[in-house]
Amino acid sequence: MTIFSFVVRRILSMLLTLFGVSVIIFVVLRLLPGNAVTAAMGVSVGLLTHAQVAALNHYYGVGQPPVEQYFSWLHATLTGNLGISLATRESVSTLIGSALPVTLELALFAMIFGLIIGVGFGMIGALHPGRWQDDLGQGVSVFGLAVPSFIIGTVMVTFLASVFHYFPSSKGFVGFFTNPWLNFQQILFPAITLSFGVGAAIMRSTRAAVLEVSNLNFARTALGKGVSRRAFVWRHLFLNALTAVTTMSGIQLGYLFGGTVIIEQIFILPGMGRLLISAINNRDFPVVQSVTLIFAAGFVIVNILVDLFYTMVDPRTRER
Amino acid sequence: MSQNIHQLIEPPTDQVQANASQKHVGWFGAVWGSRNGRIGLIIVVLTIIGAICGSLGVTPYPPANQDPNAVLKGVSLSHLFGTDQFGRDVFSGALQGLGVSLEIAALAVLIAGIIGTLGGIVAGYLGSWTSAIIMRFTDMMFAIPAILFALAIVTALGSSILDSAIAIGVGWIPIYVRVVRSPVLALRDADFVRAGRVLGFSRSRLLFRHILPNIAGVVAVQTSLALAWAIIAEAGLSYLGLGPPPPLESLGEMVSQSSSLAATAWWTLAGPSLVIIIAVIGFNFLGDGLRDAADPRARTKARKA
Repeated sequence: MTIFSFVVRRILSMLLTLFGVSVIIFVVLRLLPGNAVTAAMGVSVGLLTHAQVAALNHYYGVGQPPVEQYFSWLHATLTGNLGISLATRESVSTLIGSALPVTLELALFAMIFGLIIGVGFGMIGALHPGRWQDDLGQGVSVFGLAVPSFIIGTVMVTFLASVFHYFPSSKGFVGFFTNPWLNFQQILFPAITLSFGVGAAIMRSTRAAVLEVSNLNFARTALGKGVSRRAFVWRHLFLNALTAVTTMSGIQLGYLFGGTVIIEQIFILPGMGRLLISAINNRDFPVVQSVTLIFAAGFVIVNILVDLFYTMVDPRTRER
Repeated sequence: MSQNIHQLIEPPTDQVQANASQKHVGWFGAVWGSRNGRIGLIIVVLTIIGAICGSLGVTPYPPANQDPNAVLKGVSLSHLFGTDQFGRDVFSGALQGLGVSLEIAALAVLIAGIIGTLGGIVAGYLGSWTSAIIMRFTDMMFAIPAILFALAIVTALGSSILDSAIAIGVGWIPIYVRVVRSPVLALRDADFVRAGRVLGFSRSRLLFRHILPNIAGVVAVQTSLALAWAIIAEAGLSYLGLGPPPPLESLGEMVSQSSSLAATAWWTLAGPSLVIIIAVIGFNFLGDGLRDAADPRARTKARKA
């Protein structure tokens, strides 16, 4: 299979998945019992402008059978009408436009820290199997997987405030372009908090993959012909274990998106997660629907990119 | 002569027994044999006992009992996890919270396990387009991060115990489907299943009497790991205030309420957190142990590594 047909196939399958995801979200949020859209609209409609009511009617497909409601929603979403927030009466795309960069920055930093922790401990453990370095790494991963991020976050907030009298979030969130240094301080601790779970999972797969590779014949050959240790570790072992590490990182992104929801609450970051929770508490369906859809779309797209990435890097995966 | 043949066909009974005791140590023995499995089993049993005690109200103090003479007392023998700002015993509260959390987690895993296992069996055994549709659908569900799925469902349904369980369980269904499908795919063409098919056994008999017992190990491993995840997910939901409504108080809610107190009374945070962490470690370790028991190959590999 050529790379081109592979890419086309992947993108088609991605579109199909995204379509399915939108149907699932629609069914869960609109068709399950207890759905309060009509009730919520009844209360808020008086406060909206005529144009907003028209946009919402189109968004919801008010008065149409479910299937047409779905396509009305899909059409609205694809044309950039993400609905009107019933709580703040702002357009949802405006709300998401200001929240998304915060969450992306948080997820990016958490992923970087997670990769450093995960690949670092994983490599060290795999290079010294059964020794104390390995045990230390294993111990870290057991706790990384078992301690929920909100506990780490709560402990961290408490410590920073009471021991170091350090309140990075007290001034209100500052964008990266306004004040990069303060922004970094505000993102740093939530990102570290999130990175533990991700790091533990990446560490496990790194360790397993490197151990597996190091038992293969080519690794012995490389050692036998006198490759330097550094080249052996990074070029022979790590490069071959990279497929497993990237796959795991892609999967962990879903966890990361989920994690931001809770972490943004604790560290008071105005991201997608905070938007989602306040929307859930206000039963603000357009916001919940759009935020969930964007998270899912992000997850799907990143995993396709991961797939494509290692197809480029690793010819073995192309033969399937 | 006839005696000799008899001996050939049926090995002496003592040998049979020796073989049996050597090979068939049983699930319990195999799990107990691995270090992680043993630790996990002990913790899980203690967790379940604690949860049952908490649910039945068999706690050192009544969890809601406010003692004005023991407000914000630290850790001591009479109050293992100290007391909170109302003089309530944190340990008793944590046991009760554990009961609520574990009930939701167990229900969630039950839902996910039944639907996911059935889906995986059907997808693996029937193959062709049925399998394609189920796996496609699984991919789609997998694309929505599980905790977001749970949040969406809680928004739509509400947050009673059953609603929370559904919300948490649904996210784990695709994992069961994937894990169950591949061994079923292999078993479908195994000789003993083919033999059963030739003998004219009904499809349901083949599925439930011949295939299901052979994937029990995989399902058990997954169930243990799913319980660990469900406890974390439930704690997360109730931390966000989307857990079961009061007076039920789960562990996540205790953590969230103690976060403002944590700077002055660390034990109010440490107690419920510790219970969550220990329970999760227990189920994770039990999962490891079950995996070792189900797959001795992995065990030797792990030991060598």
